[in-house]
Amino acid sequence: MKEFNIVIAGIGGQGSITLGYIIAQAAFLQGYEVKTAELHGLAQRYGVVPCHVRFGESIHSSVVMEGEANLIIALEPLEALRACYYASKESRTVFVVDSKRIPPLSVSVCGEPYASLNTILKKLEEFGEKVFLVNASEKAKEITGTFVSSNVYLLGYAVGKGLIPLEKKFILDGMKRVLSEKLFESNKKVFEEGEREGFHGKS
Amino acid sequence: MLAEVLSKEAKGLLLGNEAVVRGALEAGVGFASTYPGTPASEIGDTFAAVAKQAGVYFEYSTNEKVALEAAAGAALSGVRSLVAFKSFGLNVAIDSLFPLAYLGVKAGMVVVVSDDPSCWSSAQSEQDSRLYARIAHLPMLEPSDAQECKDFTKAAFEISEKFGIPVLIRLTTRVSHESAIVKLDRIVRGKHVGVFVKDVKWKNFPPTVISTHEELHKKLADLAKECGKVFTKVLLGKGKAGIITSGVAYSYVVEAMEDLEVELPVLKLGLTNPLPEGLIEKFLEGLDAVLVVEELDPVLEESIRSIACKVKPSIKILGKNAVPVAGELVEEYVVHAISRLTGKRYKFSLAQHKQQYERLRIARRFPLMCPGCPHRATFYAAKLAEPKAVFAGDIGCYMLGVHPPLETTDFVSNMGASEGIAHGISKVSKQNVIAFIGDSTFFHAGIPALINAVFNNSNFLLIILDNRTTAMTGHQPHPGVGVNAAGEQTKPVSLLEIVKACGVENVKIVDPYNIKEMVASIKEFLASGKLSVIIAKRECRLLTIRRMRKEGMKVHKFEIDRLMLTDECKKKLREFGCPAIIEEDGVVYIDEDLCFGCGVCAQLCPGIIKVKG
Repeated sequence: MKEFNIVIAGIGGQGSITLGYIIAQAAFLQGYEVKTAELHGLAQRYGVVPCHVRFGESIHSSVVMEGEANLIIALEPLEALRACYYASKESRTVFVVDSKRIPPLSVSVCGEPYASLNTILKKLEEFGEKVFLVNASEKAKEITGTFVSSNVYLLGYAVGKGLIPLEKKFILDGMKRVLSEKLFESNKKVFEEGEREGFHGKS
Repeated sequence: MLAEVLSKEAKGLLLGNEAVVRGALEAGVGFASTYPGTPASEIGDTFAAVAKQAGVYFEYSTNEKVALEAAAGAALSGVRSLVAFKSFGLNVAIDSLFPLAYLGVKAGMVVVVSDDPSCWSSAQSEQDSRLYARIAHLPMLEPSDAQECKDFTKAAFEISEKFGIPVLIRLTTRVSHESAIVKLDRIVRGKHVGVFVKDVKWKNFPPTVISTHEELHKKLADLAKECGKVFTKVLLGKGKAGIITSGVAYSYVVEAMEDLEVELPVLKLGLTNPLPEGLIEKFLEGLDAVLVVEELDPVLEESIRSIACKVKPSIKILGKNAVPVAGELVEEYVVHAISRLTGKRYKFSLAQHKQQYERLRIARRFPLMCPGCPHRATFYAAKLAEPKAVFAGDIGCYMLGVHPPLETTDFVSNMGASEGIAHGISKVSKQNVIAFIGDSTFFHAGIPALINAVFNNSNFLLIILDNRTTAMTGHQPHPGVGVNAAGEQTKPVSLLEIVKACGVENVKIVDPYNIKEMVASIKEFLASGKLSVIIAKRECRLLTIRRMRKEGMKVHKFEIDRLMLTDECKKKLREFGCPAIIEEDGVVYIDEDLCFGCGVCAQLCPGIIKVKG
């Protein structure tokens, strides 16, 4: 495989960078060249935090080019829409999107539009091959008591659906490297629940 | 990954900034210092995490100038040192860096600066720090990726020591914040104890300054000859059209050539001051056209134009007429520029894709102060007390007050400037002026400006937003906290005592969560017509929440009684702008996953917002 491009779209505090690290470690352990691009500082305070992960045989730039994402993992529906910049029919982009909406203040304060989930889904379909809407925050909360692991639930879902060319054992090893021991156990559970839903759910 | 900075494996997945630290450790660095600033922050934070184990002295200094001077002191005493900061940090340090080129160093000294094209974490400018190398007469290396971050940093110590001058390493956001697989060498435990040996050569003073200046030029010429080739990469390619590039732009050039299926001759420069002119001349001689791909200013382009004038005046040069001068470079632009150079079309219409994307009209999502942030409460109170005041902003999380709905930041300039500019405005205008500055920023650059305000009978109100940390860059400690980078207890420097010692009479500490008291204090001080200071003291909510969770304490969430909710309360909540309070289709609720339980909203709408039962 020459290259596989993932964009993780989220809001500061949702764990997009952590998820990027987990995938990057897994790709590294599986023997691929890998690069991630991440943003820190100002952007992390509830702003848009995209994290890019690219892996394959030969990777030079850390940033995914316009229209070249193979997979977009969005931790929030509006952020999925924003990440369409990286999606295209040509790259057969697949979206895995957490359905929990977190409207930005510009909606209530400046009257900017936040379309309905259905409208967002339709627009995403115009930019990619397939869209999977997942109740990841809700599921993560059921399992762990907090929505924080929604990122790992989405990862599990994508793996269960066979959307990432990485083996589960390397992903778990990657999680072990990135997360503390205590967090690893609860996240493993979340990951496997996501994987189960991805595997059995509608394709 | 932090753990991999000390790894004994052959390779590891490292962030560019971590790779800089690894390179320094492989070179036997003994002393490191910084003032935090994104995108360079993780250099200091990584040192802080590994210093003890690696036997390196590390400190967060009060500002970049002091950090650089401290590193110079170590290098003058024979201990290899590194200092790191963001672009604007170099501006603060520059007064100490310029003479250091003349003074020289004994042990290797490396100065790392990370620029922030596109201002992902910066408010002031898209500074291109490459230009500094030339005025400073110092060598500058520009790594393209995490591997080169490590390799160049390590090599920089050797060069610095050999030529007796500090070496600059220039990073950009995408290099600092790229994680990649880095091949590792052995870590060397360096000297961390040294001696300052008196020597007439350290006495840089006229008339020797002039001869030293001359020697510096010679040193740089020798350095270019000796080291230029080592840091240069050449891709052979085919044809008479070539590319010259440096830094992160190189990776986009390689990707873009793959996407366009072309192989052009490429000259990639790692040493961008002094330039290896001989190599550039040789490269230009074989070409009819050259494209210079660089981020931000036309620094390379201008030099290449002047070299071309000498050796190949007929060559066609594309530079900033093909690649944007502002904003960070992305591969799309490079694809476009190479298309222009070669006439080769890209298989995918980027223009059409952009058009389709722009039609989406996506609501903006500004970065915001967190739920429970004490700054939001202070800003809200200031606006309530004196909505017509001029609000002078400064550098930190609180510059997010620039966004609606608070809009309590009329301008932001640079560290400490809120006070100086507020002083100037209050001298020429009758308006009420309120300046905001963070605690760490006050220690960094706010004290001389406050003394100036006392000295010159100013009458603005300064609010020091004392959240007990350097929050925006990742919660580094500062002199007021009572603990340093090494985790040692230190005597906390008291903001109140400093303000009093400067001679300010109107001063008090107010808890920003107490809206009533804050509003009253602001009104009282503004009415006095005298220079006043309010220290708005309340720990960053993120730290409080982290501590509460660690100690197993419950964070009480708040909820809105929808039956009681009035339009007036809705309006207040809209003006307050807490991200945990969500309004959608006329329905207002507190997202309990986001609420950090500060309770300020309950003060705004008493009886309507209560602790969730």
